[in-house]
Amino acid sequence: MDEIRDLFGREIRVINVGLESFALVLESLGVPVIHVQWVPPAGGDPARARLLALLDDEDGA
Amino acid sequence: MIARTLIKPSFYQDSVALMGVARELRGGAGIQEAAALMGTPANRELMEQAGLLTAEAAAAGPNDLVIVVRADSEAAAAAALARAESLLTERRRRVEAAGRRLPRTLDSARRQLDGANLALISVPGPFAAAEARKALARGLHVMLFSDNVALEDEVALKRLAVERGLLLMGPDCGTAYLNGVPLGFANAVPRGRVGIVAASGTGLQQVVSLLAAGGEGVSQAIGVGGRDMSESVGAAMTLAALDALGGDPDTALVVVVGKPPAPAVRGRVEARLRALGKPAVVAMLGRAVSPGRDGLLHTVTSLEDAAAAALAVLAGREYRARAFADPDDAGRRIGERQRALAAGQTSVRGLFAGGTLAYEALLILEPLLGAVGGNLSRSAASPHRIVDLGEDEFTRGRAHPMLDATLRAEEIARAGKETAVAVLLVDVVLGHGAASDPAGDIAPALEAARAHARANGRGLAVVASVVGTAGDPQGLGRQVARLESAGAWVLPSNAQAARAAAAIAGGAGVTQKLLGGESR
Repeated sequence: MDEIRDLFGREIRVINVGLESFALVLESLGVPVIHVQWVPPAGGDPARARLLALLDDEDGA
Repeated sequence: MIARTLIKPSFYQDSVALMGVARELRGGAGIQEAAALMGTPANRELMEQAGLLTAEAAAAGPNDLVIVVRADSEAAAAAALARAESLLTERRRRVEAAGRRLPRTLDSARRQLDGANLALISVPGPFAAAEARKALARGLHVMLFSDNVALEDEVALKRLAVERGLLLMGPDCGTAYLNGVPLGFANAVPRGRVGIVAASGTGLQQVVSLLAAGGEGVSQAIGVGGRDMSESVGAAMTLAALDALGGDPDTALVVVVGKPPAPAVRGRVEARLRALGKPAVVAMLGRAVSPGRDGLLHTVTSLEDAAAAALAVLAGREYRARAFADPDDAGRRIGERQRALAAGQTSVRGLFAGGTLAYEALLILEPLLGAVGGNLSRSAASPHRIVDLGEDEFTRGRAHPMLDATLRAEEIARAGKETAVAVLLVDVVLGHGAASDPAGDIAPALEAARAHARANGRGLAVVASVVGTAGDPQGLGRQVARLESAGAWVLPSNAQAARAAAAIAGGAGVTQKLLGGESR
């Protein structure tokens, strides 16, 4: 669990995926945060999104 | 009466943002009802039930934003839809004004934020596991706020996290603190010496708020999700978190909050607690738990006792559980409320926003009052009911009661009309992420319920507790004052509020049991 203990000693830097309000709170507290403009993959079809996720299709945009 | 629709094709907005839009529209002149939802099948079904599924809404797809208003007139409907357009544009402009181009993927986010080390994921459940897997694969710790994540996904994600030595907090992890950073629904608390492993968000909030009231803070608080100590998950994250806190020099004492572990994992969790080499306070709330001490391990039966025991151990004092912080004052107030009741008023009705707070109240009421009904127990025939309004049955298509008090206000009004109800027991949860004035959201309903009872010759007691701190955005003092102005008796903890409710409704026998050993 060295990675976890290592985290305890570092500045927390957050990637927020989902509710924007969480990113706004962190920002207001001065916590480094970036909000991802997330859109449901596969046109919002969970079953197709699951298949896509197996490819881990980060497009690097 | 007319219904009008605005469709924004391929325009995704999160549920909290849309709740804000819908609320704003409902407040408009001539508007009877408004919905702002993504056009998923489940949401379309909800609109149908509400009589808001127009032909356009029925044809929308899951990534289309659907806004429907039911209005008195064409003009009112048009004004509301125009207002919706401008609210959505305002949101977009605010984001752009901050000078940011928001990344669309995790990889581009990582390029924009050097040294990112945590992904906070709160997308809808069916999509959440895939996002968490991507984050873990990139070496990020994960807080998975989303609920409705399949158990097999949780098992697989935690296996991956453990392999990589990473945190996977959740799913359904409402609250965590890492290095003083509050994540999710979290109260403003100082940093301190207490490290916490929590399977419950509101349970964690109650403990850290009470620690803060006692002048103590949090080193790290790791949420593990409600199913972590099940046989399938095998306490994977609990064990990892205990190891990490055991080796953390800033953590002097560990608190564990949750429900009792499954029999198959109990041995492993207990062994790890004993191997910590630090004092530990275990608040695993359940019916068969008895308090006690075994070496460095303290077992308690309420969230309040978890905080009180931690404070006592850190101060080198012996800890003794108390029914009320101020027994004399409690005895006086209980008596006043009992005398105001009419014949036949003997029931407690608990209406909760916090799931673990509801469960804790149930566990406190049962031994004092007998069986308690509601959606957390199977005792349907009981006069007493504890209802967790955050359960799925109440939150489909609407926000959690910590954000939206509409449903709870309706339940308060209904309970106030029931002649057998003697006590309304409520919780109010503050902190980052919660509603901006949660006490104010239910206070008018509480006042109205009490006035209705009074007009019908009954005295209705309202007993409450507020989970929060002076540093919270809503302000603990202001929220308590608002509830008191609505006639509520506000106690320092949920456990004390539950005991007060039991005493008022249960009469002299229960009161004696709670106060007998303490009042002078």
